[in-house]
Amino acid sequence: MTIITFDRKELEKKIGKIDEKMEERISMFGTVVEDLTEDEVSVEVFPNRPDLLSFGGFVRGLLGFFGKGKGLKNYNVNKPLENYNVVIDKSVKSVRPFTACAIVKNLKLDDARIKEMIDIQEKLHGSYGRNRKKLAIGIYPLEEIKLPIKFLARKPEEIKFQPLEFPRAINGRQILSQHPAGREYGDLLKGAEVFPIFEDANGEILSMPPIINSEKTGKVGFETKDVFIECSGFNLDYLKKTLNMIVCALADMGGEIYEMEIVDKRKWVSPDLSSDKMEFSLDDLNKTLGLELSVKEVKGYLGKMGIGYGEGVALVPCYRTDILHEIDLSEEVAIAYGYENFEAEIPEISTIGCEDKVAVLKRRVDEILAGLGLLEVSSYHLSTKDVQFKKICKKGFLDEVIEVLDSKTENNILRTSLFANSMKILSENSDASYPQKIFELGKVFGKCEGGSGGESGDGSQLQRPIPHPPTRIGGVEIATSGVGGIVEKERLCISLCGEGMNFTELKQGLDYLMRMLGVEYSLEEVENESFIVGRCGSVVVGSKGEEGVGEKRVVGVMGEVGLSVLKNNKIKMPVVSLELDLSCFVE
Amino acid sequence: MPEKQKDKPDMQKLVESLSPNERRIVGFLEVGDLDKLRDESGLDKTSLLRALEFLSNKGILTLRSKEEKVVVLSINGLNYKRDGLPERRLGGVVVEKNSLSLMDAKKESGLSDNEFKVALGALKKRALINIVNGNIVLVGGKDVFVEKTLDEKFLELLPKKFSELEPEEKFSFDNLKSRKNIVEIENKKIVEFDLTDLGKELVKVDLTSLKNMIESVTPGLIKSGSWKGKKFRRYDITSDVPKISGGKRHFVNQATDYAKRVWLDMGFKEMSGSLIQSGFWNFDALFTAQDHPVREMQDTFFINGEAELPASGVVEKVKKAHEGGIDGSKGWQSSWSEDDAKKVLLRTHTTCLSVQTLKKIAEKKEFPAKYFALGKCFRNETVDWSHGFEFNQTEGIVVDENANFRQLLGYLKEFFKKMGYEEIRIRPAYFPYTEPSLEIDVFHPVRKEWVELGGAGMFRPEVTIPMFGRHIPVLAWGPGFDRIIMEFFKVEDLRDMYKNDLNALREKKVWRK
Repeated sequence: MTIITFDRKELEKKIGKIDEKMEERISMFGTVVEDLTEDEVSVEVFPNRPDLLSFGGFVRGLLGFFGKGKGLKNYNVNKPLENYNVVIDKSVKSVRPFTACAIVKNLKLDDARIKEMIDIQEKLHGSYGRNRKKLAIGIYPLEEIKLPIKFLARKPEEIKFQPLEFPRAINGRQILSQHPAGREYGDLLKGAEVFPIFEDANGEILSMPPIINSEKTGKVGFETKDVFIECSGFNLDYLKKTLNMIVCALADMGGEIYEMEIVDKRKWVSPDLSSDKMEFSLDDLNKTLGLELSVKEVKGYLGKMGIGYGEGVALVPCYRTDILHEIDLSEEVAIAYGYENFEAEIPEISTIGCEDKVAVLKRRVDEILAGLGLLEVSSYHLSTKDVQFKKICKKGFLDEVIEVLDSKTENNILRTSLFANSMKILSENSDASYPQKIFELGKVFGKCEGGSGGESGDGSQLQRPIPHPPTRIGGVEIATSGVGGIVEKERLCISLCGEGMNFTELKQGLDYLMRMLGVEYSLEEVENESFIVGRCGSVVVGSKGEEGVGEKRVVGVMGEVGLSVLKNNKIKMPVVSLELDLSCFVE
Repeated sequence: MPEKQKDKPDMQKLVESLSPNERRIVGFLEVGDLDKLRDESGLDKTSLLRALEFLSNKGILTLRSKEEKVVVLSINGLNYKRDGLPERRLGGVVVEKNSLSLMDAKKESGLSDNEFKVALGALKKRALINIVNGNIVLVGGKDVFVEKTLDEKFLELLPKKFSELEPEEKFSFDNLKSRKNIVEIENKKIVEFDLTDLGKELVKVDLTSLKNMIESVTPGLIKSGSWKGKKFRRYDITSDVPKISGGKRHFVNQATDYAKRVWLDMGFKEMSGSLIQSGFWNFDALFTAQDHPVREMQDTFFINGEAELPASGVVEKVKKAHEGGIDGSKGWQSSWSEDDAKKVLLRTHTTCLSVQTLKKIAEKKEFPAKYFALGKCFRNETVDWSHGFEFNQTEGIVVDENANFRQLLGYLKEFFKKMGYEEIRIRPAYFPYTEPSLEIDVFHPVRKEWVELGGAGMFRPEVTIPMFGRHIPVLAWGPGFDRIIMEFFKVEDLRDMYKNDLNALREKKVWRK
């Protein structure tokens, strides 16, 4: 998503006064007006339309859309003059294999246009060029260069020139460490034994792509009339399209485009400004949009978008990069037709709504607990080691930590326990009136034992503070298993906090919940770091196995919370908590 | 309450509405002083104040409160009032023994070092004792000790308003203030009241007959039938009551429940699935190029590990769609890496569930079909009032051979209308996996402007063909849901949605739609 800003007066000169209605129409072209001041207009350009990033490109597109264009626009290209060659040396093939180049002459540059030229370059680098990863663009004053040009690679120590905005000549390696652009983009040349350069017939270095131009030969100024443009990178199609976008924008400024001959394994001529042909079926179009457009109408609508059409074939202008499939042409027609002009319709197809079973179960549990006067809370799935383990006195937790990489906040692990989060919530609510009776329903994450794959229930469960029950029971997916060896389990946590809150109080609640959902259970005494010894139990249910044989399964843990846990969380009232796997409620 | 004074109150009704506690004090109201009122009525302070509050509500009196400095006992002062001042306790020992060693005196009196020192000083100052060769010797007469000192008398009459201290009491105050934690000054709220005209009339009424009024309904009363012919004390049904709060669903979940009902009403089936997804389902199957910025750690939460890719040729078809294109598409024309597809991540949108659903229904050939999802999604963001790393998204898809763009608009209008937005606007947009694509704006009735609520479109052939084997139109829309929730609950800061401030949760109104 790129926001571009134009001079309001300049733009109004081209497209007319920007009033409320015009603002709406600009938005309907797919470039929503983000900001409008007395002097400036800012619009959002989606990443599929890099051709709209220049003033010329934007005006061209918009005028067409307003019906003031002439359909497919052909740009005039002149044949190469003497020495209009770029020779690609074998040495550069390993590090930066391709370039597409052109010359544009007779530019009348002023401040605004130079700024525009730099802007196009930067916006294309950033969006379409993926921050120069895919491609880099260089524009050079032809007056300072002796043709032909050579594209080659040398050892960084052997490359020496004065980079733009730098006081002296330094070598390739030093550019990476000393020049701001080198420091920002140096990674793109990481590990390369040789660095790519453009060099002119005098042996003068023009630039070291994708990092920086030369101060001497790579700086465009007022006096510049003719420019040499190159795009270098790894995918020739992208390079050709990028070059087309730039030369067309410069031609819109009044420049004349000249071809160059690229001498690679085989010779070819650049730029190629011919339109792409794409078959376009009217039936498919009308079916997609729900319209009944005639050939003539389609031709008109495509013309508004700068696209030619005839005999079932669309002609896509050379600067468009986003027309991958005929479906993209359908959208062009839809935009030209006007999104606001479509009549909405609801078809008569019969389908039956159906809610997810686990979601239904969760809502039932919610209703029962709310009926008991408990307040539902909702916490983040991301948490910290401190909250999830240390503050609830868990030891030896390193194996259970599931980290998310490069988190921008302190929350850099997936939660493994809702109980831990409930301690944090109680800790933050010491000023709210007591008793505080809260519960949460949600997913926790755990590692599958033995890497990726399904089930993780085994005998060691009884020792585990928070049990890891089987992931599938009776064919209903209560826990989704496996992506990257991580299981997601649906849990319920209840915490009761306040004077008089004790084991009995919570056991009554659990008992009620189990009765209401028709589940038989028992409690078995267990020791757990987070709870008071002798006041903590595992919740055990007997599940009926395939042969009808009862098999005991630990589905939760409950107890009076240990005083160290309360102290760590600065909780000043007694707390009793339960964490239960919802799998116990699934038949 | 001015309105109450306007209506001429019925004295009989008023009298019948007096609670037992109010009745107990009405007779003494003319006394005018709170302390005296307390003594006379025998009510504890809290009950008394509450009774006055109720009388004030009934327009019988007006309450005034002011802050006043009051001298009260501190922690040591409370103990000394009970056990005697240290000098009293030491004096007692000396009187008994006439003369004894300092060490014995300290032991016998049970005083701390500091108290002992202070007590010696106080007795010496009054010239009651002398210290000779390490012994305490009684100097004055024994009977002097019997008398209470000014300080002791002062302690007994506390608390007392500072402004009302007599000169000798002021002297004692200064004296005791210099000692540790005996007396202190507290700013107390002093309540005073004046009888209104109505009150003045009321106090003249004979209340003895009210003794027969029934206060509360008890099982005994019902059984005995003794209520017959008696009156019940009238309540002031307009008076405020203490707040209570009940258990309830979290407000975000109330909202999601509602949205689900909208989907179900429209005939959609719920999709559910993992929060953790592979790069393949979250991005590749949705034709999101592997070098798309959203696939960087800057934007998405990745987790170490490797996800399994689906079998049955889907991967190959997706790879082909990306690299060279299918069905006449050009694709992204760059090589597609299986390693990127195997990356493990937290889903960035519920659309990953939609595309997996396409795969599932393709196998069973169950269409036309309509599905929805509603759930948490994640992005690697810092947290501020409008951003968070977790957010709710809801999403619907319609799979139908005959689905078209106009129908998409129809569904959108219907959906947003049910969500409470009468007027919507759509405009062109871009998503890698839909074409045509659109952005939905709803008209904000209060702010009178368009607010962006989410994206929609028709899945591209590059998405549908690898799943179905051919292109079947799929309409899809996925509004961000948090904005709708914030709007309804008047939440202005996104962080408040997950803050779990229990006071706020208790007070939050319920979702009314």
